[in-house]
Amino acid sequence: MAAASPSVFLLMVNGQVESAQFPEHDDLYCKYCFVYGQDWAPTAGLEEGISQITSKSLDARRALVWNFPIDVTFKSTNPYGWPQIVLSVYGPDVFGNDVVRGYGAVHVPFSPGRTAVCENVCSRHKRTVPMFVPESTSKLQKFTSWFMGRRPEYTDPKVVAQGEGREVTRVRSQGFVTLLFNVVTKDMRKLGYDTGPPDTQGVSGHSPPQGLPT
Amino acid sequence: MVSENSHLEDQQEPVQEGSDTRLLSVTSRRGPRSLPPIPSAFRTGFAEFSMRERMREKLQAARSKAESALLQEIPTPRPRRSRSPSEKQVETEFGTEPGREVQRTQLEEDSRDYSRVKFHDSARKIKSKPPVPPGFPSAEEAYNFFTFNFDPEPEESEEKPKAKHRGGTNQEEKEGEEEEPPVREGANKTGEEELLEGKDAEDLLLGLDHADADFVAVRPADYEGVRVRLQMEKELLFTPSRLTVPTYKKLPENVQPRYLEDEGLYIGARPEVPRTNQNIMENRLLTQEPGRRWFGDDGRILALPNPIRPFPSRPPVLTQEQDIKAELETLYTKAVKYIHRSQHMIGSGDPPGNFQLDIDISGLIFTHHPCFSREHVLAAKLAQLYDQYLARRQRNKAKFLTDKLQALRNAVQMGLNPAKSPKSLETTPKAINEYKSEIRQTRRLRDAEQEKDRTLLKTIIKVWKEMKSLREFQRFTNTPLKLVLRREKVDQKADEEAYEAEIQAEIRELLEEHTEDYEQKMEEYRTAHQQWKAWKKAQRAKKKKKKQAVEEHPDEEMEEPDPGETPVKPLPPEPTDRAAIEQQVRERAARSRRRPGEPTLVPELSLAGSVTPNDQCPRGEVLRREDVKRRSLYLKVIFNDKEVSRTDSRPLGADFRVHFGQIFNLQIVNWPESLTLQVYETVGHSGATLLAEVFLPIPETTVVTGRAPIEEVEFSSNQHVTLDHEGVGSGVPFSFEADGSNQLTLMTSGRVSNSVAWAIGENGIPLIPPLSQQNIGFRSALKRADAISSIGTSGLTDMKKLAKWAAESKLDPNDPSNAPLMQLISVATSGESYVPDFFRLEQLQQEFNFVSDEELNRSRRFRLLRLRSQEVPEFRNYKQIPLYDREIMEKVFQDYEKRLRDRNVIETKDHIDINRATVAKYFQQVRDSVINRFLVAKHHFLLSDLIVEEEVPNISILGLSLFKLAEQKRPLRPRRKGRKKVTAQNLSDGDIKLLVNIIRAYDIPVRKPTTSKFQQPSRSSRAFGEKHAASPTARSPTHSADYPLGQVLVRPFVEVSFQRTICHTTTAEGPNPSWNEELELPFRAPNGDYSTTSLQSVKDDVFINIFDEVLQDVLEDDRERGSGIHTRIERHWLGCVKIPFSTIYFQARIEGTFKIDTPPVLLGYSKERSVIAERGFDSVRSLSEGSYITLFITLEPQLVPGESVREKFDSQEDEKLLQATEKFQAECALKFPNRQCLTTVIDISGKTVFITRYLKPLNPPQELLNAYPNNPQATAELVARYVSLIPFLPDSVSFAGICDLWSTSDQFLDLLAGDEEEHAVLLCNYFLSLGKKAWLVMGSAIPEGPTAYVLTREQSHYLIWNPCSGHFYGQFDTFCPLKSVGCLIGPDNIWFNIQRYDSPLRINFDVTKPKLWKSFFSRSLPYPGLSSVQPEELIYQRTDKVAAAELQDRIEKILKEKIMDWRPRRLTRWNRYCASTLRHFLPLLERSQGEGAEDDHRAELLRQLGDYRFSGFPLHMPYSEVKPLIEAVYSTGVHSIDAPNAEFALAVYIHPYPKNVLSVWIYVASLIRNR
Repeated sequence: MAAASPSVFLLMVNGQVESAQFPEHDDLYCKYCFVYGQDWAPTAGLEEGISQITSKSLDARRALVWNFPIDVTFKSTNPYGWPQIVLSVYGPDVFGNDVVRGYGAVHVPFSPGRTAVCENVCSRHKRTVPMFVPESTSKLQKFTSWFMGRRPEYTDPKVVAQGEGREVTRVRSQGFVTLLFNVVTKDMRKLGYDTGPPDTQGVSGHSPPQGLPT
Repeated sequence: MVSENSHLEDQQEPVQEGSDTRLLSVTSRRGPRSLPPIPSAFRTGFAEFSMRERMREKLQAARSKAESALLQEIPTPRPRRSRSPSEKQVETEFGTEPGREVQRTQLEEDSRDYSRVKFHDSARKIKSKPPVPPGFPSAEEAYNFFTFNFDPEPEESEEKPKAKHRGGTNQEEKEGEEEEPPVREGANKTGEEELLEGKDAEDLLLGLDHADADFVAVRPADYEGVRVRLQMEKELLFTPSRLTVPTYKKLPENVQPRYLEDEGLYIGARPEVPRTNQNIMENRLLTQEPGRRWFGDDGRILALPNPIRPFPSRPPVLTQEQDIKAELETLYTKAVKYIHRSQHMIGSGDPPGNFQLDIDISGLIFTHHPCFSREHVLAAKLAQLYDQYLARRQRNKAKFLTDKLQALRNAVQMGLNPAKSPKSLETTPKAINEYKSEIRQTRRLRDAEQEKDRTLLKTIIKVWKEMKSLREFQRFTNTPLKLVLRREKVDQKADEEAYEAEIQAEIRELLEEHTEDYEQKMEEYRTAHQQWKAWKKAQRAKKKKKKQAVEEHPDEEMEEPDPGETPVKPLPPEPTDRAAIEQQVRERAARSRRRPGEPTLVPELSLAGSVTPNDQCPRGEVLRREDVKRRSLYLKVIFNDKEVSRTDSRPLGADFRVHFGQIFNLQIVNWPESLTLQVYETVGHSGATLLAEVFLPIPETTVVTGRAPIEEVEFSSNQHVTLDHEGVGSGVPFSFEADGSNQLTLMTSGRVSNSVAWAIGENGIPLIPPLSQQNIGFRSALKRADAISSIGTSGLTDMKKLAKWAAESKLDPNDPSNAPLMQLISVATSGESYVPDFFRLEQLQQEFNFVSDEELNRSRRFRLLRLRSQEVPEFRNYKQIPLYDREIMEKVFQDYEKRLRDRNVIETKDHIDINRATVAKYFQQVRDSVINRFLVAKHHFLLSDLIVEEEVPNISILGLSLFKLAEQKRPLRPRRKGRKKVTAQNLSDGDIKLLVNIIRAYDIPVRKPTTSKFQQPSRSSRAFGEKHAASPTARSPTHSADYPLGQVLVRPFVEVSFQRTICHTTTAEGPNPSWNEELELPFRAPNGDYSTTSLQSVKDDVFINIFDEVLQDVLEDDRERGSGIHTRIERHWLGCVKIPFSTIYFQARIEGTFKIDTPPVLLGYSKERSVIAERGFDSVRSLSEGSYITLFITLEPQLVPGESVREKFDSQEDEKLLQATEKFQAECALKFPNRQCLTTVIDISGKTVFITRYLKPLNPPQELLNAYPNNPQATAELVARYVSLIPFLPDSVSFAGICDLWSTSDQFLDLLAGDEEEHAVLLCNYFLSLGKKAWLVMGSAIPEGPTAYVLTREQSHYLIWNPCSGHFYGQFDTFCPLKSVGCLIGPDNIWFNIQRYDSPLRINFDVTKPKLWKSFFSRSLPYPGLSSVQPEELIYQRTDKVAAAELQDRIEKILKEKIMDWRPRRLTRWNRYCASTLRHFLPLLERSQGEGAEDDHRAELLRQLGDYRFSGFPLHMPYSEVKPLIEAVYSTGVHSIDAPNAEFALAVYIHPYPKNVLSVWIYVASLIRNR
């Protein structure tokens, strides 16, 4: 297709799963995958990834830092079903069994832009995702699952990216994962989807923060 | 006591002026209802005053003492206390004036401290000295006192005024402090001394600090005092006041508030906001945003009118339009309401109404009460008179009549003057007469009125005088009533003139009247006189006659004088005497009219008087007052003779009025019959006595809340009360005079001020039960809001008049309260209905549509998106819908559109015969509806769908897991571990593989030499397909020499084809080959959709074909034999096993030995048995016919089979039965979890049905019964064959993911498709009808898995029938595919297998033994005689033979084309001769059911095609569609022969059975001419 009339638009996402705050847990690793609608297709990069195991930092932040890169490109014909990144964090429990420590999902930012890090002020595409785990259905279940190291898990982590059927579950929040995104889109404007801020051209490092400010 | 009206008016006016909003109107409504307050200022004022006075005196005394004490104390060292405790208190206490506190300096403090202490001490003295009297003021009062200004004391004047003030306040603070505990001087003193020491120490430290600053300064932690913090907070925080903001602040400068509603403009009702919130908001806005754009012209916050619509946009559900079925299904009925027998009941069409009657009881006034003192009696009288006076004055009838009189006079004057009114010439005399009579009447009335006015005034004055004298006499006053007569000066001269003129006019008129009268009378007189004269004359004549007659007839004289006729001589009327008249008029005027020049007296009654306090009253009066105080009253509201509520009990006021001010909202259902208030009085703590009953009128329908006026309803009681104090009692005579004369008896009476009105619902509709039918006249839509009643009239039906009126009265059309009226008018005037007969659910939808509907429909992209979101099967998994319409090809929709188009069109391309096409269509529809239901059900999630959670382990699992700990790490006999199951969500093409493990085969047919030696059929080899072993003495084949290349008997190999992927094993040798090979085939899901539903609906079959690999020598030249081998490999199909993918999917693995489906005739092959038999191999197996193959099939990775829908289907079964089934199943599952137990099934309409209802004897086609009339066994086999000819279609395919649906036998025959259950049910029913004992066997078989078979009981043994194949097996047949038996189902019972084993070989089928079979219906639950769901009788149509023949030809043609298609590179020659032979042969096969015909057949073929090498076979199938036939032919691989000179033969035969059951035979063969 000629450049004048593109038939798809492209969304390039890179960034990283930066760090996590899980006050009660240590030695965690993280998996991520993307969930997207039917009109989307990945064209390049990794859709899924699994990180290294990280231990808590010894400073006051007690942060679990992965700095695990994300780099994927999608093409799409329809903004419906915009990609979401689904994160699931795992780590060993008391008995050394690998159990899930949190699920979470967040949409890839709509607007193009990069994470500007200047003097500790991150802006735009920094996302802090609260992570949660499904709860056991009863106290006894809870005990046995703790004892056996088989905590309740989602049949598919991608469940957290969908709304359907969630009403049957009970969850508990465990911590936060911080993600950084840099987003590049191509041909969105040409196709009539205007997602960027009004001054896309002149985005500087000091543009007003749109995402969660630190 | 004051007259009610005057006061109410006074109160009402200002409030109503201010009531411009709804908010306020609430208060305004309440306003007039509250009784006028008694002027109580005096009372409290007095109390306050006296208290203050006392305080002042006491203080004065104390202060003088304190002064002397101070003087003594001055020389003592300065007591120093200031630091923490009191200081802090000071700070907190005086936080309100922080500015001053901050600036305070140390110096100041010191001096102040000094003074403070002084004061403090003096204060203490004050406190301690005077004993506290009982009535001593409380702390608060004391505070009040101290905050008042009092004169500074002289000794304090030397101090700074500020400090002094400080001291003053401090003193007061101390005062408050010390008041609470009893004064303890000693303790306080010691506390003081301690403080003193502390202060000294601190001073010491401070001094050190000052001395050397080199020390490290140790400072206390920075602490910001509360005061400072408050100050800072004050700078930061802003607390808006709650006080009302004056209007001028909200408006720009010099702008008067403008009230639009006063100008007549309509302003919508503002949303209700509490006043305080509004004030807070206003204050906030004023401080924050001085722009003042927030306020409107009237100085109020701008607000949109209340957005809530007054009318519902959704009309009531019309019952007629609903589906009748839906109505029939409704079972729940609401409790029937009690309907009053009166005609005023609520029509059923109306909302089951909570109608509401608001009864507002504002108060009660006694016009007489037993506790009335004499003065009260008079006061009541006075008040009453005054009321009357006011009422009269308001009406001012006298004035009105005077005016009228004047007008009439003028008219008469004009009438008399004809020049002025020329047009009414002829009418004048008459009119003038009328006027005159009217004048007369009016004058009389006026005079009466004027007289009344005057007497009233006189009486008022008289009563007032009496009262004054009474007050003087008893020397106290009880009532604050005061009458003031105001004189209004009048202009004497004018007055006199007017008076005189009036009198003159009157006299003139009277004179006129009198003259008229006189004339009339004169006229009368004259006529009368004439008559009299005539009579007289006559009399005289008579007399004369009489005299004569008397002489003649003396006796007649008696009758003569007639008294009635004797006219009296008329007296002439007196002429009018002007003087007399004048006298008369003047007299009357003097009596009734104000004398000229006399000032007008206007009485004014006020409550300005003061009541003598108790202590100045005599004992009797005090007693009376106390008695009054003890009394209290309450009212009961009685609605339709039932008490519905009662007011609070309120004390009777000294003025004998009780204020209730309560509104009762009566939620009623029926039209009110009666409404009564009962007045109850309680004295002290005794019980209540009923004083009187007040009957309230039921309001008109037009009277709604807010519009109802307060009415006063009088009541009286006939009770007799005598009291022993000043009270006059009731019903007891008493007198005002000292001598007791002029006695008066008064009854307790009074007035209840109340209002009764209908409430208005939220939407402005009055909550009134409809009166009766007659009101519901013209518009049912308007009935609800009686439009006319909203403007305060009712009963108006003349619409034109109404419209005219509305036009004239200039109704505000924007006012919502007028809306129903305006609508009504517009309807009435335009003549057409305004009421829309439709409604819109989403009225604003159009505004939110981002494209128009047309565009939405036109756009292909949108269409595609919509179809996908609707989960239309064709588009459910459509990926990447293109962005532009132009990129979407029209053909995308073709399939879908075709399907839509064909929904009703029966197309015959695939189906060839029409009947089957219709059936297929029907089937498709059922399927669609079921799938739709399933799609809905699919969105119901269970926890287990989303979350994987380990189950709570029970003891055994725990024990096992504990045991596991001790387990060896590498056991010698490892146990098989289950594979991990994979949910079919994140799979894609190529992830799933089908593993087919081919182990071995038994009894493969062996080749026969294709020589011409077979001239006559030899019995040497056992004929293939022969049922019973004919002779064990079969010869061993001696023709091995005939095999050209020394090949063995057979070289079979297995080819597995799945989804057109073909894999094959290596070639083995011999009739019992062993391959032991694993074949791996990829699996592709349709459309790449690996969801459970999609996998379930995979219809593909796995074909396992067994071929014989034949090497044909193609060497043309024998000479080359030594140097090369030229052979061609041919493969000959021997048989196949077909396993549906769905079975593999649900079973997870298939393992076992399967019978190979071999054609009944396999030319060139025979079943070589003798070799084996001679070796004595496996005698058991040799008993059975056919070939077998051992397989293991599974999917890698293992997929989780979809679960059936756990929707609980509704049922028409008895609830008890359903409970019993659940119980039964639970019990069975507990004992044998693996055995299938079925009690209820779901029929095709989705209802749960008890399973035995399906079993009922049903007649098989008569044709089949006639075939073998004497052989029941043969008949049974034929019937089984008939059933097996109905195509098999697994439920899981047709109803993806839905549980098994059971169709009844007639549905099954109509559909001509079903799975095992349907086949088994039909077969069982046939057997029952044939008189056999038959049961349905639910168990599991290979390869089907859980399935249904039929068990019949013959004379001595049991037979197990496979309904899908028509085969039957003995109970002890090892090759019976049925492997386990779960339960047996008969027409009237279910038996669950509770034996140790479930293999049919090892169980006992005697269901009468309760130890072996657990029956569902037993003695405790007897069989209730359930009716069958099956039809009475099955009706079979004869199948059209012509159609069958036509179909036969078409199939043949299609197959031939297909075979040619499959051989694209070769020429396909058809051997017509052979084909006709075959075609001729097929009916024979059908007749013999493929048995025992081989030899004849072969002989026949050989005779005709002697010089051909022939390989071919007949295929037999039930007919459903063409596609499976093609598939079957393809799988045989006949077409794959690529010998250049191969010829083909194909013949199709269709044998029609009744009810369109078709048995299809396809004979396919390849021929190679022998050279």
